[in-house]
Amino acid sequence: MKKKITSPWDLEILRESIKENRVSGKPCVSVCCGTGCMASGALEVLSSFKSLLKQKGLDFQLDTKLTGCHGFCEQGPLVVITPGDILYCRVQEEDVEEIIEKTIIKDEIIERLSYVEPVSGKQIIKEHDVPFYKKQYRLLMANNGKLVPTEIEDYMALGGYSALKKVLENMTPKQVISEIKTSNLRGRGGGGFPTGVKWQSCFNAPGDPKYLICNADEGDPGCFQDRSILEGNPHSVLEGMIIGAYAVGANQGYIYVRREYPLAIENFGQAIEQAKEYGLLGEGIMGMDFNFNVKINRGGGAFVCGESSASIASIEGKVGEPRDKHTHATEKGLWDKPTVLNNVKTWATVPIIMEKGAEWFASIGTEKSKGTMIFSLTGKVNNTGLAEVPMGMSLRELVFDIGGGVPNGKKLKAVQTGGPSGGCIPENLLDLPVDYEKLSEAGSMMGSGGLIVMDEDTCMVDVAKYFLSFTKDESCGSCFSCREGITRMQEMIDDITRGKSSLEQLELLKELAQVVKDTSMCGLGQTCGNPILSTIRYFEEEYLAHIVEKKCPAGVCRDLISFSIDSELCTGCGRCLKNCPVEAIQGEKKEPHVILEDQCTKCGICREVCKFDAVIKI
Amino acid sequence: MKVDLTKIDQMIDKYSSEEDVPYISILQDINDEYRYLPEEALHRVSKKLAVSMSQLYSLATFYKCFSLVPKGKHEVQVCMGTACHVRGAPRILEKVCQGFKVSPGKTSEDGEFSLETVNCVGACALGPLVVMDGKYHGKLTLNKIGKLMGGYHEKEDN
Repeated sequence: MKKKITSPWDLEILRESIKENRVSGKPCVSVCCGTGCMASGALEVLSSFKSLLKQKGLDFQLDTKLTGCHGFCEQGPLVVITPGDILYCRVQEEDVEEIIEKTIIKDEIIERLSYVEPVSGKQIIKEHDVPFYKKQYRLLMANNGKLVPTEIEDYMALGGYSALKKVLENMTPKQVISEIKTSNLRGRGGGGFPTGVKWQSCFNAPGDPKYLICNADEGDPGCFQDRSILEGNPHSVLEGMIIGAYAVGANQGYIYVRREYPLAIENFGQAIEQAKEYGLLGEGIMGMDFNFNVKINRGGGAFVCGESSASIASIEGKVGEPRDKHTHATEKGLWDKPTVLNNVKTWATVPIIMEKGAEWFASIGTEKSKGTMIFSLTGKVNNTGLAEVPMGMSLRELVFDIGGGVPNGKKLKAVQTGGPSGGCIPENLLDLPVDYEKLSEAGSMMGSGGLIVMDEDTCMVDVAKYFLSFTKDESCGSCFSCREGITRMQEMIDDITRGKSSLEQLELLKELAQVVKDTSMCGLGQTCGNPILSTIRYFEEEYLAHIVEKKCPAGVCRDLISFSIDSELCTGCGRCLKNCPVEAIQGEKKEPHVILEDQCTKCGICREVCKFDAVIKI
Repeated sequence: MKVDLTKIDQMIDKYSSEEDVPYISILQDINDEYRYLPEEALHRVSKKLAVSMSQLYSLATFYKCFSLVPKGKHEVQVCMGTACHVRGAPRILEKVCQGFKVSPGKTSEDGEFSLETVNCVGACALGPLVVMDGKYHGKLTLNKIGKLMGGYHEKEDN
């Protein structure tokens, strides 16, 4: 049974005693166990470390730590050994014995497990020297990887809950709101609405009780920063929520988490229980006259529930249909009571602002967008992972300096930001500094921070088609324009990818995209035309190639390409013939093979298995 | 599948003390238990909480996490997120449909495989990827997925 914290002073005494017990200077092996690393075998690596250290009698001299996501997912499972800050990448179970024998016992570096920088080919031994981390400015993710997410004591040892202490001890709710206003923090869910203004209107709204919601329904495909924060540092979000509840006068909070994130749900649930045990959540928090509880709601797998009013409907137990915003949620939200709803990253930023001061926070970033933003770098990029950077960094720096550029020497074609609501930004605009306004001007949006890199092999028409089929499946269907408009747009773009379209159709598509944007009620419909309009705006020549020449320049759209075998390069090895699922390849052994075009389904397996690059796409 | 009503009652009672009964959470618990929503269980929820069947059906059909028909022995999810898409997920999906003789959202005729497409599981570094019975298989090529499915078919034959 934990001893309850009954005053702010208690918290400091507890923190000191935790720190005292921890000053051991023991070497430590941290294994990243975020979703990405776990999927590539991190838990097996961790248990193998534990059992082998025990076997060798070293477990008393060495700690093993299961940490949350470090964000360098491409290289997972990641292992960091301190002291020395030695980083090993893509570690598998069978490597563990060697790491113990060589690195832990003899202080030797195992070269094959060190990180090799893709551009320069340089080997990098220490974690803090890796360019991917070096160019970042980590505030929200600073402690991911330093703490065990399921241990509140770890969070406290790193200064956790001191922002809450400061607020409860010295500040009135009004002062907290004014601090958030001064910081110029804007909603990190993508809308960019000033957080302080939102809190103020909830504070002013008549009605009782008031509610607070954390939106963790991170539905944008290719986004996983909210997941990583909830998995790796759940208490930072919880602390932000408690501070917010104190500021606006809410006693009940909800967190709406995607069901696809079981680990985030698990870790956040533990964080709630531990905070309750210590009296940081529940009745009489820190001995003050302030009560606040948090419940977890699992999402139902509907993308539209990331929209604020739809997530409120879902928490109320209804279908997730958005409602019009004539009345703000801050006046009539959950159960028609004043409600403040913010994204995971917004809540996690709150303790940092309280701790370090609004002026300090406002000194980071651009004129209108303050602080840092976490981007999920994905797609055709060498270092897939999470990059936290000050607002205003250019896309080029993000993709090339942190992301390590495009794999296999391919040329970058576009960067897509903002998920299905965003747009594609072409290579010649990559020097654009990233903030809310600049991205909107370019026809895209910040969104929740997804950044998908596309190279010369990506067809922009196909990408637009992909997003449309996504939004078509995810439209809640309550607005006619969105429900029917997206379906019609998808039919039109499908015709384009099949070479069955015309220039008139393209004009109609543009017009319809604009109409759906103008006439839909919620953010899904209002932005679903962005991928279409931005790809037509910047890559019209690709559309024209599909429509006029009936060709797909990137070689993606199946109806417009064909495969053939280069008889000069083909050795007649028979691999393609054996692997073709539809028997569309013929040829004698050691003789050049041919593809029967009328039987070929263009699945591309032959091209993948050919060792001589003899299969060509036309 | 036989539905144990006492178990359903326990699931309902877990939440019914709350003033804001979270119907979705109750249905999720039932769905987790049976891997679909048995009609009998829905009737029980409807009766005990005095909520109409039509309301429960509207939830069950709106949210993707629910199924009104039993799932196959193996559950396969193919990630169709953007990062997986640009790395070739559509072809992987096609291959899975061929190999397991099943289309997305359906269960194969032999009741072995249920296939779902999901919009990003947040492991984009591993794209394209499939999740088979909760286990992630990432960085797939057409060849790799073929071998993986072969392994499942062998399991079935033995």
